[in-house]
Amino acid sequence: MIRFENLTLGYGSRTLIDSLTASVSQGELTALVGRNGTGKSTLLRAIAGLEQTLGGEIFIGERPLADLTAAERASTIAFVTTEKVRIANLRSRDVVALGRAPYTNWIGQMQKQDEEIVMQSIAAVGMSDYADKTMDRMSDGECQRIMIARALAQQTPIILLDEPTAFLDMPNRYELCTLLRRLAREENKCILFSTHELDIALELCDSIALIAPPQLHILPTAKMVTSGHIERLFTGGIVNFDPKTRSVSVK
Amino acid sequence: MQKRTTILFVLLALLTLVLFAVDMMVGSVDITAREVWAAISGGACDPIKSKIILDVRLTKAIVAILAGSALAVSGLQMQTLFRNPLAGPYVLGVSSGASLGVALFILGAPLMGWASSSTLSSLGVAGAAWIGSAAVLALVAAVSRRIKDIMVILILGMMIGSAVSAVVQILQYLSHEEALKSFVVWTMGSLGDVTSSQLWLVGSAIIAGLIIAVAAIKPMNLLLLGEAYARTMGLNIRRTRSLILLSTTLLAGTVTAFCGPVGFIGLAIPHLARIIFRNVDHRTLLPAAALTGAISLLLCDIISKLLTLPVNTITALLGIPIVVWVVIRNKNIV
Repeated sequence: MIRFENLTLGYGSRTLIDSLTASVSQGELTALVGRNGTGKSTLLRAIAGLEQTLGGEIFIGERPLADLTAAERASTIAFVTTEKVRIANLRSRDVVALGRAPYTNWIGQMQKQDEEIVMQSIAAVGMSDYADKTMDRMSDGECQRIMIARALAQQTPIILLDEPTAFLDMPNRYELCTLLRRLAREENKCILFSTHELDIALELCDSIALIAPPQLHILPTAKMVTSGHIERLFTGGIVNFDPKTRSVSVK
Repeated sequence: MQKRTTILFVLLALLTLVLFAVDMMVGSVDITAREVWAAISGGACDPIKSKIILDVRLTKAIVAILAGSALAVSGLQMQTLFRNPLAGPYVLGVSSGASLGVALFILGAPLMGWASSSTLSSLGVAGAAWIGSAAVLALVAAVSRRIKDIMVILILGMMIGSAVSAVVQILQYLSHEEALKSFVVWTMGSLGDVTSSQLWLVGSAIIAGLIIAVAAIKPMNLLLLGEAYARTMGLNIRRTRSLILLSTTLLAGTVTAFCGPVGFIGLAIPHLARIIFRNVDHRTLLPAAALTGAISLLLCDIISKLLTLPVNTITALLGIPIVVWVVIRNKNIV
């Protein structure tokens, strides 16, 4: 579980999220939505320990994030960034194997158990046939799945993903989010991902975290739809949100 | 895959041995393989030839192996650290720092009216180069502790290098012919300037650098995915950077100090190793680069002796095609 207490995020004098107190539940898939530049990536990076906070505290379970050592953080939180990883001569199973880094010795030697976890993780994202292929010859969707398999191999209770559905076509977006939901529920993981796909988020996610600067609201999906927060997100723009049909249309 | 790697390592090790032997046979005096063996094993051998082999060629061949692996490994480290296929041991200003040290020593000292004669030992030149490169790297390292973005550090390294080169040019412009010539000769590189008494110093510095490089294998593998990923997998990025900078100072700094700025080995050889081994895992790639580097510099030394040309010209002529090929073909090679 991730819990925020009076969390304030931003850059210098610019505050993105102000005094946030909320939590993201275990065993659920939560979508993080919000307009461009409202701090979705910053929030994810802060939880991953890659970004300084301006104030307040992030708790992982009962412990403050700041108290976790680098090794503890690595075995608690996995992060899939937007960065495209395309390395010639690096097989996808080797990429996934890097996810075992927090558990291997000084030179990264893989034990039999590590190898098994790697293959299970690749199987979980449906990429077993691609284990020996190199990533420079794979599509965006396939690469994204491998990067998720790497996060799974890290065996963390929390997985963060920054816009995993960007660059994917429609069927792939749905498949990926279904996969994430299954992982969250079956393996009791806390999965938080940022996205611009409001329709997919409303259809497949258990909860929605919505950034309405400088606030962030986290509600179960059904409550979020009727809360009025989504409509307000589009105020002043050229689109409308209809809570009855859960769809967006041009005014 | 594993089998192919093993075979390649055995082949390259054999090639190293062969070239090591050939390197001792070739030179201004031709010596047969049997005589080389006799001299080394203490058998019956012409005392003059024995002296040439033991005092000159053996040292030089060992220096070629040490320098070749040192430059290749530090080039590999820089390419991984900066995630840039065109990074090399000299991107952070190691060679320009060394040039400044040597320029101040050879060119600056006479300008200041200090004694300038052949009595200034080669250790003085090497020491000046070492201090120069260590100073530039320390500056880059100090700056890098405060800066998060690795690209900014790369640009700073290059800018410091350019600034230092400008200072060196001023010194060259003001200097007399004789001092200028000995400086230019240093910039051409030579594997033969290391005396057998200095060899232990060069050897231990390079071996220390290689040990640190081995300790950084796992961090470098994590860095393949970029710093953000590496950090979320538990990597201490500052510590890793310091380790790699220290290793590079010991490796490239030492080679540059004693052999001059030997170009293109550090830039081209890691790519050659990647191509030969079809692998980017540093557990394979690091020894592969070290071995390929040793072979390449031995080969360059043999060719330079056959043509009696400075070794730097040979490393450039052999290295440039590889780099050009990498640039043309490159799609995210690191």
